[in-house]
Amino acid sequence: MAVAASDRVQETINDLYAAESRRVLATLIRLLGDFDAAEEAMHEAFRAALEQWPRDGVPVNPRAWLVSAGRFKAIDSRRRLARFDGLDAVNDAALAVDDTAAWADPETLEDDRLRLIFTCCHPALSSDAQVALTLREVCGLTTEEIAQAFVMPAPTLAQRIVRAKGKIRDAKIPYEVPERADLPARLDSVLRVIYLVFNEGYAASSGASVTRHDLSAEAIRVGRLLVELLPEPDAMGLLALMLLHDSRRAARMNAAGDLILLNDQDRSTWDRGQIAEGTRLVERALAPQPPGPERSRGAGPYAIQAAIAAVHAEAPSGAATDWDEIVGLYDVLMRAGASPVVELNRAVAVAMRDGPAAGLPLVDAILGRGDLVDYRLAHAARADLCRRLGRAADARASYQRALALTKQEPERRFLERRLREIGGSQITGDRR
Amino acid sequence: MKYLCLVYMEEQKLHAVPDRECVACGEGLRNGGQLIAAEALQPIETATTVRVRNGKVSVTDGPFAETKEQLAGFYLIEARDLNDAIQVAAKIPPAREGSVEVRPVRELAP
Repeated sequence: MAVAASDRVQETINDLYAAESRRVLATLIRLLGDFDAAEEAMHEAFRAALEQWPRDGVPVNPRAWLVSAGRFKAIDSRRRLARFDGLDAVNDAALAVDDTAAWADPETLEDDRLRLIFTCCHPALSSDAQVALTLREVCGLTTEEIAQAFVMPAPTLAQRIVRAKGKIRDAKIPYEVPERADLPARLDSVLRVIYLVFNEGYAASSGASVTRHDLSAEAIRVGRLLVELLPEPDAMGLLALMLLHDSRRAARMNAAGDLILLNDQDRSTWDRGQIAEGTRLVERALAPQPPGPERSRGAGPYAIQAAIAAVHAEAPSGAATDWDEIVGLYDVLMRAGASPVVELNRAVAVAMRDGPAAGLPLVDAILGRGDLVDYRLAHAARADLCRRLGRAADARASYQRALALTKQEPERRFLERRLREIGGSQITGDRR
Repeated sequence: MKYLCLVYMEEQKLHAVPDRECVACGEGLRNGGQLIAAEALQPIETATTVRVRNGKVSVTDGPFAETKEQLAGFYLIEARDLNDAIQVAAKIPPAREGSVEVRPVRELAP
């Protein structure tokens, strides 16, 4: 019977680890001022729980117990180190002050998670480091898991994380939530990291499978956490965008792992729950903001893209999609921040609304400026428009260009299938 | 914590920022208790690089001058943390024309 009880405690601790270890870590980083010390202290605290809880029972507030235990473990190990070094433990006093209020206050604890997110996504860290650190510290993935997801050797990734932590320590990147005035710029950096992780999972840039769903799921998890902690319209827009894209995940590939374009997808397999949640979030993100000194930014790019995805999600079929609305939203997006990729997407939407003959000159204009000449999807889009216009030779040339640029196996198979369909058996192309 | 803000500019832009603006910036930082030292530098043609290899002193003309931007001056500042240092660096007038590299100062071991 005692065994059964201790099994239950063990199970409780496992559940707590999954649900609370990141919160405990976030608070310990603040209390100890060091990522590595905090991580070690957190593991020590869970180890202590495994020893003591079966005997003494599970405490009323397990998270506070874990934070407290971790903090004392860290003080102990610093004292030991200090003794070995023959130095006074200068930081002891600061650590040992039992200011329970400072770390048990619920608001401060929630802020710790935001502090962790903003610190991991600090713009003084390289973009790669921000992504790795966020997955490691905020999501709790292991170095091996992250390395596998990004198809790189684990030691390379481990070194990236070590360097980033080194910079946080040595350049003294503060562990804090940015002030209001800095928030928009700093939030952009956080959103960009989350979206990068999502896209790496959703449309992996290389490798055998188009979706590495774990990464997308982690990105959605952090996005959700961010909206919960900091309900800014841009954060809601990004979460909505990710949910609406992810809702089509099952429909994007057939059993053989081949790509299925939006228009050919079986819309009954789209995840209605995600669509409903995403659509609600878009509406909240695009709702007029209460007047205030800081909130003068219009709808952010993520929210507008999410609105576009929501229009697709509502449409019963490709043909019955409100392309006029989509073109209009792309116009809004262009005004919020024009980029060649946005322009390309708009051109494709125009082609859907007014026919391929209307879209092709727009795509050609982008390529003619020298923009996107190495972007596989620009050539694939041009190829598709030429194919629909019956210009087989032009279509073939563009499919071949796209084929040469893609690094994704399913995309390669898709483009080769299209080439076969338009009767371009001599895939060799001209090689001068 | 001390940070060194290294100001980099393209040679032809060295005089794009009026001196008096830089003087005012330095005075503002000094009044706020954040300035330890600041100087502007002569152009890179005046630079000399010194190395000691195997006990022999080697003196060469300039640094490797392949980069477009050159070191134009520096501010040694006292800041609470990197965010504070970034705020100071953003106020340095040449940040508009060139760039400011913010480097934490390493305390030498005794």
